[in-house]
Amino acid sequence: MATISREEVAHLARLARLAVTDEELDTFAGQLDVILQAVAQVGEVAAIDVPPTSHSVPLTNVYRDDVVVPGLSREDALAGAPDAEDNRFRVPRILDEEA
Amino acid sequence: MSDITRMTAAELGRRLGAKELSAVEVATAHLDRVAEVEGKVHAFLHVDRDGALEAARAVDAARAKGDEVGPLAGVPIAVKDVIATRGVPTTAGSKILEGWRPPYDATITTRLRAAGLVMLGKTNMDEFAMGSSTEYSAYGPTFNPWDTTRIPGGSGGGSAAAVAAYEAPLAIGTDTGGSIRQPAAVTGTVGAKPTYGGTSRYGLIAFSSSLDTPGPCARTVEDAALLHAIIGGHDPRDSTSIPQPVPDVVGAARLGASGDLSGVRLGLVKEFAGDGAEPGVAAAYRESVDALVKLGADVVEVSCPNFKFALPAYYLIAPSECSSNLARFDGVRFGLRTGDDGKHSLEEVMQLTREEGFGPEVKRRIILGTYALSAGYYDAYYGQAQKVRTLITRDFQAAFEVADVLVAPTTPFVAFPLGSRTSDPYQMYLADLYTIPSNLYGGPAISVPAGLSEGLPVGLQIMAPTMADDRMYRVAAALESALPALTPPAL
Repeated sequence: MATISREEVAHLARLARLAVTDEELDTFAGQLDVILQAVAQVGEVAAIDVPPTSHSVPLTNVYRDDVVVPGLSREDALAGAPDAEDNRFRVPRILDEEA
Repeated sequence: MSDITRMTAAELGRRLGAKELSAVEVATAHLDRVAEVEGKVHAFLHVDRDGALEAARAVDAARAKGDEVGPLAGVPIAVKDVIATRGVPTTAGSKILEGWRPPYDATITTRLRAAGLVMLGKTNMDEFAMGSSTEYSAYGPTFNPWDTTRIPGGSGGGSAAAVAAYEAPLAIGTDTGGSIRQPAAVTGTVGAKPTYGGTSRYGLIAFSSSLDTPGPCARTVEDAALLHAIIGGHDPRDSTSIPQPVPDVVGAARLGASGDLSGVRLGLVKEFAGDGAEPGVAAAYRESVDALVKLGADVVEVSCPNFKFALPAYYLIAPSECSSNLARFDGVRFGLRTGDDGKHSLEEVMQLTREEGFGPEVKRRIILGTYALSAGYYDAYYGQAQKVRTLITRDFQAAFEVADVLVAPTTPFVAFPLGSRTSDPYQMYLADLYTIPSNLYGGPAISVPAGLSEGLPVGLQIMAPTMADDRMYRVAAALESALPALTPPAL
């Protein structure tokens, strides 16, 4: 039995903001099913008492000194943007508004 | 081909220091070599001839003035295209960043510039470092200099191929699941993954932040150590950077080159002792272990029963982290934007941009990671993978009670033919079978040439405890001294 359906893949793609094509959905659903069946092996490990590791370096509360250092200029920060206007990133309409 | 391009970085450094060679001469020889072979290798995505010559002239001027410069000042280097280089195109092998010129330097880049290394250009890679063959680059594959019908490994196939093809004596790679070591193995070069946190991630375009580790690619162990010493060490701009000095990797490499391994305890990982590897790879592995024993090493078999879960755990953890990290590619601050025609909303523009800008492997992993982090699946997949990570760390810790280093093949198979694994993603993932445990644990590991199988290079992997990077360099240099050097056929 498949672990992941075409519909689930479509839903996940929407969540991940990927406008995938029908053809991609067909391909990905099969491939992801193979991958998921393989990675599901992690479930075979009896690990109820095992704490999770998110990170191999046990550092916590890493702060820098509260000193002002030069950062990017506004010009540099905007230089790579697809679109900029009035020293800001310009984006398409976010909310429905009257024209 | 000029002799200059055959020299090691250490030798180039010595001759530059003695003023037998100028940095401009050395850069020109390598740029000419790049021009000569790139049509066959395609190791580079961008060659910065003007920038390289300018940097070389600056090093020559500094030496002429009598300024103190580092031991590798004037030595050329190729940099994987996932590392930010101010003003120099940086794409991470993706269409979504085509033409992007970073407004800042990564810490790695800053340290290379400060040490006087001359950056020749940016090397090809699987898109966002996701892959084991460089075939997932949006700009076409790199070809293995040993056999141009085969893959150079991945994700850092460009860096490894550039070094193997004498286009550069040194290169920078990044290793998340084996992306430095596996390309080194299949191109007959040396590649080291430092301890996680031992090299800075600042300015490295993030794939899986808890695993990504920049490191050196070279043709000799000593050269890799020299580069490791330059790029390593604490960086306040990376909160996961370890606030300790780099172990003496250069001293360890030179010690190892003497060929004496008396008293060094080699742990042979029982689960990786050639099982699942091609016969030729398993044979080369056994022969290299025999060679290390002849140098005086003691052998002990260790069992790491949870290593078999490393690959599944990795392909949950890395996609999960990537699904979050790659959210920044939304067509707002940098890179591609698609569909901004006044008719589409911001959200639609993001969807269209990401659909056009990302290749299939990146999309698969984003979807897989989104799934593994979803409510209802989190505990069974991501949560369980994090527990496996703990168990793998415990396996390493137990093994290092009885062994100084662990050894295994670097990758189960020699360079495979281009196109032979792209249609079956999981077959591609198996290339990382032996390299992933060190990433999950965080300890250092190196791949060093261990002979040939069917005329193609095989690598031996040496794994060491966290912040004991020097140990693996010692053993790697010893093996290098005991085996004949590998030279690829003329291109």
